[in-house]
Amino acid sequence: MVLVLVEQAGGNAIDPSLQTLTLARSFGQPVHALLVGSATDLTQHGVAVAHVAQHVALGAYAPDAWAAMLNQLAVQLNASAVLAAGTDRGNEVMARFAARTGLPLAANCTSVSPGPPLTVTRLRWGGSLLEEARLNSERPLITVAPYVVPIEPSSMPADVEPFAPELTDENLLVRVVEHVAAPGGGVSLTEAKVVVSGGRGVGSKEGFAIIEELAGLLGAAVGCSRAVTSAGWRPHTDQVGQTGTKVAPDVYIACGISGATQHMAGLKGAKRILAINSDAQAPMMQNADYTVAGDLKEIVPAISAEIRKVK
Amino acid sequence: MRVLACIKRVPITGGRIVLTDDSLAIDTRHLGFTMSPHEECGVEEAVRIIEAGGGDSVVLTLGPPEAVEQLRDAMALGIDRAIHLQTDGREWDGEATAAALTEAIKADEAASGRFDLVFFGNESADSGGFQVGARVAYALARPCVTGLKRVTIEGASVRCEQEVEGGRDVYVVPLPAVLTVKEGLNLPRYPSVPGRMRAGRKPVTATNPVRPEPRLELVRLVVPAGQGRRAESLGTGAAAAPAVVEMLRKAGVL
Ligand SMILES: Cc1cc2nc3c(=O)[nH]c(=O)nc-3n(C[C@H](O)[C@H](O)[C@H](O)COP(=O)(O)OP(=O)(O)OC[C@H]3O[C@@H](n4cnc5c(N)ncnc54)[C@H](O)[C@@H]3O)c2cc1C
Ligand SMILES: Nc1ncnc2c1ncn2[C@@H]1O[C@H](COP(=O)(O)O)[C@@H](O)[C@H]1O
Repeated sequence: MVLVLVEQAGGNAIDPSLQTLTLARSFGQPVHALLVGSATDLTQHGVAVAHVAQHVALGAYAPDAWAAMLNQLAVQLNASAVLAAGTDRGNEVMARFAARTGLPLAANCTSVSPGPPLTVTRLRWGGSLLEEARLNSERPLITVAPYVVPIEPSSMPADVEPFAPELTDENLLVRVVEHVAAPGGGVSLTEAKVVVSGGRGVGSKEGFAIIEELAGLLGAAVGCSRAVTSAGWRPHTDQVGQTGTKVAPDVYIACGISGATQHMAGLKGAKRILAINSDAQAPMMQNADYTVAGDLKEIVPAISAEIRKVK
Repeated sequence: MRVLACIKRVPITGGRIVLTDDSLAIDTRHLGFTMSPHEECGVEEAVRIIEAGGGDSVVLTLGPPEAVEQLRDAMALGIDRAIHLQTDGREWDGEATAAALTEAIKADEAASGRFDLVFFGNESADSGGFQVGARVAYALARPCVTGLKRVTIEGASVRCEQEVEGGRDVYVVPLPAVLTVKEGLNLPRYPSVPGRMRAGRKPVTATNPVRPEPRLELVRLVVPAGQGRRAESLGTGAAAAPAVVEMLRKAGVL
């Protein structure tokens, strides 16, 4: 059997965990799930047994405790592989699991061919490059890149079994002691339908006034490139890309952004890209759906004026 | 305080990734190199902590001889000295990297005293293994908090903030600790000219660890197929505005 850590939010399994359950079935073995704290309905996801971990100390997230539990269950069930979603939590729990067991870990896999030897395809450079690798391990540890594997429902009445992990003080040393809610307001970059984004070509902090104006007219979020955050023109929370935010708007408007692979790594989910750039040869102009060549300082205000006219 | 930052040399890939003929590496003949933005924030944080409280800061890398450039970059930002675990340029997997870094940390601590904090990037820019920090922390039996956007030293503890859905999760752990950080933790300074000159004179200790056979073994790299975008021109200059508005309308966002 293979064991999958299933994360929950608001009482439901999160999509990246369901994607992981789908990928786990490619091992051709029964799939067991570990749920922490509470059960959730997995009957449509091909799970033979859902193990629900319960312990007084599990009220607050404690990554080492999650890793310890996952290991205890993997040993108890003699799991032939252990998987989790390639989320922040999934990756950190699996890294800790790998550390305590001395096993290799392949992060952010997009496919698995059960061996031996087991081979995986995994993301590098935030998805700008793929790696095919052999995972030489008696118990492969794998995280699955989010939103790559489509969820395939498979109906199976999962047995739900309680699981009582043994946790030490050491497992609970690192735990969430406080949650600070984010201040509301503004259009969130991850959820925006339109993102108007500026790069070094915007020229200055003040230059972003025309970007903000267009974003305001479109109900869009403002984004930017790393050149802009490094210069201190915008906060890092606006940065799109490999080390910034990944966006998935209907339209992404890239103004004065050259289109480095690390910026494009944040745009994989964008439905349409409009590039505005004075250099027709810029990679962004080749990798966009629509282009306007020229000076953004003229083009962006002209688009705003045109929108005002038709509104 | 003694603070360590671990960094990795990676190519700056530009607009298109080109592979070597054997597809085992990126063709870097025409590329510059850097450390990951995450790691640069780790370096900056280490420098700020020592500036504020006094002590000693060290930067550590496992990489080819040329990685000394990234060590100098870190020292130009204010790190005091460097440790270079030299390789022949072949890739080391996360497990092997962590083992070599752990050994180097233990050796340095035996000679110069314990590091109160060890900084890592949340993930390396190139291989994105998401694991070296946690592995080193476990081997050193120290608490590890990952993906941090704010770090505050509070006496013998460190308050760590992680960005999560809807806000921030806070952890407080005792020192010594291992922290993995993300870009946005701080805004790294630009190295000054005197900073660069001083960096050239700061000490670099080099050793040559033996590379174990990787258990996560690279078979080949593949550049993913493009997303099939066709780059339709909507025109040039301000005159293109009506065509842009028409496109926005068709896309259903106006
Ligand atoms: C490990 C790593 C991670 C990284 N992560 C990120 C990331 O998350 N996000 C990110 O954005 N970058 C990231 N980068 C940096 C990335 O490599 C580029 O350096 C950066 O994206 C460049 O920003 P830019 O396009 O704004 O600037 P430039 O590359 O300087 O491009 C400016 C563009 O503006 C155009 N332009 C200039 N003037 C005008 C004008 N008046 N009108 C119209 N167009 C004009 C130019 O033709 C040019 O194409 C990362 C780099 C590394 C090594
Ligand atoms: N070769 C290396 N030398 C020094 N530090 C490294 C090396 N590889 C990875 N690291 C550190 O470990 C972090 C996580 O790497 P990874 O597990 O590969 O994603 C990086 O951000 C670096 O801080």
